[in-house]
Amino acid sequence: MQLLREPSPQQIKDGRIYAEMGLTDDEFALIENTLGRLPNYTETGLFSVMWSEHCSYKNSKVLLKKFPVSGEKVLQGPGEGAGIIDIGDGQAVVFKIESHNHPSAIEPYQGAATGVGGIIRDVFSMGARPVALLNSLRFGELTTPRVKYLFEEVVAGIAGYGNCIGIPTVGGEVQFDPCYEGNPLVNAMCVGLIDHQDIQKGQAKGVGNSVIYVGASTGRDGIHGATFASEELSEASEAKRPAVQVGDPFMEKLLLEACLEVIQSDALVGIQDMGAAGLTSSSAEMASKAGSGIEMDLDKVPQREKGMTAYEMMLSESQERMLLVVQTGREQEIIDVFERWGLEATVVGRVTEDKKLRLLHQGEVVADVPVDALAEEAPVYHKPSTEPALYREFQALPTYRPEIGNPGDVLKQLLQQPTIASKEWVYNQYDYMVRTNTVVSPGSDAAVLRIRGTEKALAMTTDCNSRYLYLDPYIGGQLAIAEAARNLICSGAKPLGVTDCLNYGNPEKPEIFWQLEKSTDGLSEACEKLETPVIGGNVSLYNETNGEAVYPTPVIGMVGLIEHVDHITRQQFQNEGDAVYLVGEAGDDFGGSELQKMLEGTISGKAPALDLDVEKRRQEEVLTAIQNGTVASAHDLAEGGFLVALAECTFGTPFGADVRLPGEAAVKELFAETPSRYLLTVKEEKRAAFEALVPEARFVGSVTKEPVLTVKDEAGQPVVQEQVKTLEDTWRGAVACLLKSKA
Amino acid sequence: MKFAVIVFPGSNCDLDMYHAVKDELGAEAEYVWHEETSLAGFDGVLLPGGFSYGDYLRTGAIARFSPIMNAVKQAAEEGKPVLGVCNGFQILLEAGLLPGAMLRNEKLKFICAPVKLVVENTGTPFTAAYDDGQEITIPVAHGEGNYFCDEATLKQLKDNKQIVFTYKNNINGSVANIAGITNKAGNVLGMMPHPERAVDQLLGSKDGLALFQSILSHWREKNAITS
Repeated sequence: MQLLREPSPQQIKDGRIYAEMGLTDDEFALIENTLGRLPNYTETGLFSVMWSEHCSYKNSKVLLKKFPVSGEKVLQGPGEGAGIIDIGDGQAVVFKIESHNHPSAIEPYQGAATGVGGIIRDVFSMGARPVALLNSLRFGELTTPRVKYLFEEVVAGIAGYGNCIGIPTVGGEVQFDPCYEGNPLVNAMCVGLIDHQDIQKGQAKGVGNSVIYVGASTGRDGIHGATFASEELSEASEAKRPAVQVGDPFMEKLLLEACLEVIQSDALVGIQDMGAAGLTSSSAEMASKAGSGIEMDLDKVPQREKGMTAYEMMLSESQERMLLVVQTGREQEIIDVFERWGLEATVVGRVTEDKKLRLLHQGEVVADVPVDALAEEAPVYHKPSTEPALYREFQALPTYRPEIGNPGDVLKQLLQQPTIASKEWVYNQYDYMVRTNTVVSPGSDAAVLRIRGTEKALAMTTDCNSRYLYLDPYIGGQLAIAEAARNLICSGAKPLGVTDCLNYGNPEKPEIFWQLEKSTDGLSEACEKLETPVIGGNVSLYNETNGEAVYPTPVIGMVGLIEHVDHITRQQFQNEGDAVYLVGEAGDDFGGSELQKMLEGTISGKAPALDLDVEKRRQEEVLTAIQNGTVASAHDLAEGGFLVALAECTFGTPFGADVRLPGEAAVKELFAETPSRYLLTVKEEKRAAFEALVPEARFVGSVTKEPVLTVKDEAGQPVVQEQVKTLEDTWRGAVACLLKSKA
Repeated sequence: MKFAVIVFPGSNCDLDMYHAVKDELGAEAEYVWHEETSLAGFDGVLLPGGFSYGDYLRTGAIARFSPIMNAVKQAAEEGKPVLGVCNGFQILLEAGLLPGAMLRNEKLKFICAPVKLVVENTGTPFTAAYDDGQEITIPVAHGEGNYFCDEATLKQLKDNKQIVFTYKNNINGSVANIAGITNKAGNVLGMMPHPERAVDQLLGSKDGLALFQSILSHWREKNAITS
């Protein structure tokens, strides 16, 4: 019955039905040309999802090529479920970040939850044990009921999934800006650990081998999710709610444990997550990577609903499913493992040699298309690029020098800005300790996890100040990499590599494509310079609501290695009497700053300039000083500048600080956001050793027993004098307070 | 002394419990799958945290029917120490090994944080190594830890000294600040806070280790007397 309702190939062409699925006229012509005939309805569906931006990167491929992707420690670069970097002793770290923006805009709880579920599967499909989750969130200002609802539900969704499956959510960031009001960003990152010999590939090798479907059964949820993710949001998007999938973390926990057991078997040939475009992408990509084909009998696919068509099954994005290729004759060994975990594992097809994806349904061939055409041969576009007038305006503006009143009052106001304020309200809902490896919890520059059974630890962070990218995508891109790396350095880690989630507007608009072009230039250069290759990531375009794009937001996930747990360093002051040092001079860098946003309600001007040579030198010096045991605490200067950083170092400690700044301790010394700067403390007896290692460091004062923050000018006149408790209460309570306040 | 760490399909603190006992306490430990039916050869039983069977219905509501639970009940009747933490506590309540029930946290949000507990009773096999009234820091991580019981049960708990740990500041709305209770005999302890997460100073607190040490000392004393 269902099949009869599907339009015929000719109707698809004449009625331009392919356009509703997101294919252009040229793309449809290309498909017709490749097949040598018109595609049927199911085949058109296969092409439409595989050629969506989400799966094919057709608009961003030319830019992604610029990223440095190799290095001596890179074991797996982009192209598989997640990238892998060697950390010595036969172990490696696996990580990847991915977006779930559009689903979260429509159905925030499930959108965020399934985003977490998807990224976890990417990591364990490589054979790795997931050990940590991070997330990077962007919302509009916390002033409307809709934004508060999105924020609360996204956080609850992340918590609901991560807490249940038992992977600690250890870090991340939240930024609030009006540009994200209709289109929040929800990026989830997963980090895993693996022994080298366990590394898996998503490949369908060996003609005659069996294709096994495991996990949840297939329903009608999420059909065309990948296509939905590649469109702008509008009022009509609410109607797309059925495209959002529903998560089942318990099912994923079972799937995770069973898959990690199965990878120990040499009967397993290949394994891949059914993520975006579900059964279609997993089968086509596994075959294409192996140079083989796959034939599947869709009648054997476990189905949640009756009467599903081939089109619906292939395009469903039901969650918690994996596709395996297993040596022929040894299927039962694999099926037994899944059964022990109460999971269904079913042989649904076999590997063929004809490089085609052939689908059978109710005894008929319903699709027969070349796998490479689906997975590899999507058209690649180099969209036109235009420098926006706004950028020229920003560049031409005179340097912004804010005028402020009492600096202590300004500090208190800054500490209440939701982007700076404590995110306790968020991370106290996440189980960040389960698996008992979390040494540095959320709230510091980077999260740190020990590696059980070794002396080593991993540091991880996500970061991106998109305000800088809005003003200048090239510099902003560099700044995003540099700041993520600084976060890791401050924890005592050497940065290993990057996973990026590129969140932008509609690339078909030349001004947006220009942002993509410039920012990927900046990102690439910084990665090259700081020796942090990009080992994987995700592109999320079309982040627009009713024609308005979000700020260009390339979220950077970065992981670093701490050689010895003794090197683990926190941002909090450690001892009374420790000397406070400042590394780096302040400049007039207020473009895109928290202070500018707070005072003017908007941002403009030039982004802070970054010198990558200086950045690299300071990173190396600070890390060496930490590794030599001369540093008691370390914090990088970011949003809000020196004074905010100084205050943050006292929070959660019984201490205060007494510092003296050069000249009149002017606004720029207190609040400028000049990059490549650090606030370090050093024990009295280590000062000489420290100063030899970080010659640029300036002694500015000391950690005090009294919990008071005192900043004096060069003449010794107090400029700021505040009780730490007052500052800390303000900072801790701000987000909860904003949520409670009536809009 | 040999501990059984019960593993339900959705347990996720089993590994933490196992390492706490094996690495930090130095006792023997083995994982026991929920489909097993015997706990012969084990001297103590640990029910770890997690989401036993997904807990989409009510926490622990399905776990109480799992095959291993009869053996857990038997171990409890034999006087062996049985410790249920977080989801383990919820399961002990559902299984009727401890009185009362668990509600969603008062503010309806999951809470993960180190919290201050007060040791209310040091006369149990789980708490002898603590001081009466001692304040300890142990993490919590739960969405349904709001302990509830009626007035009569609360009176019994108090009269029998079954309240072992209380929250210094009530974080989740629990009756009488209850964080952990024993059965009347004193050999079954259920608690929401996670002592197995507080056994290594590197992770912030070692205050939970004394709980496991208490179990081991108690077992040694008992065995010295009976053998």
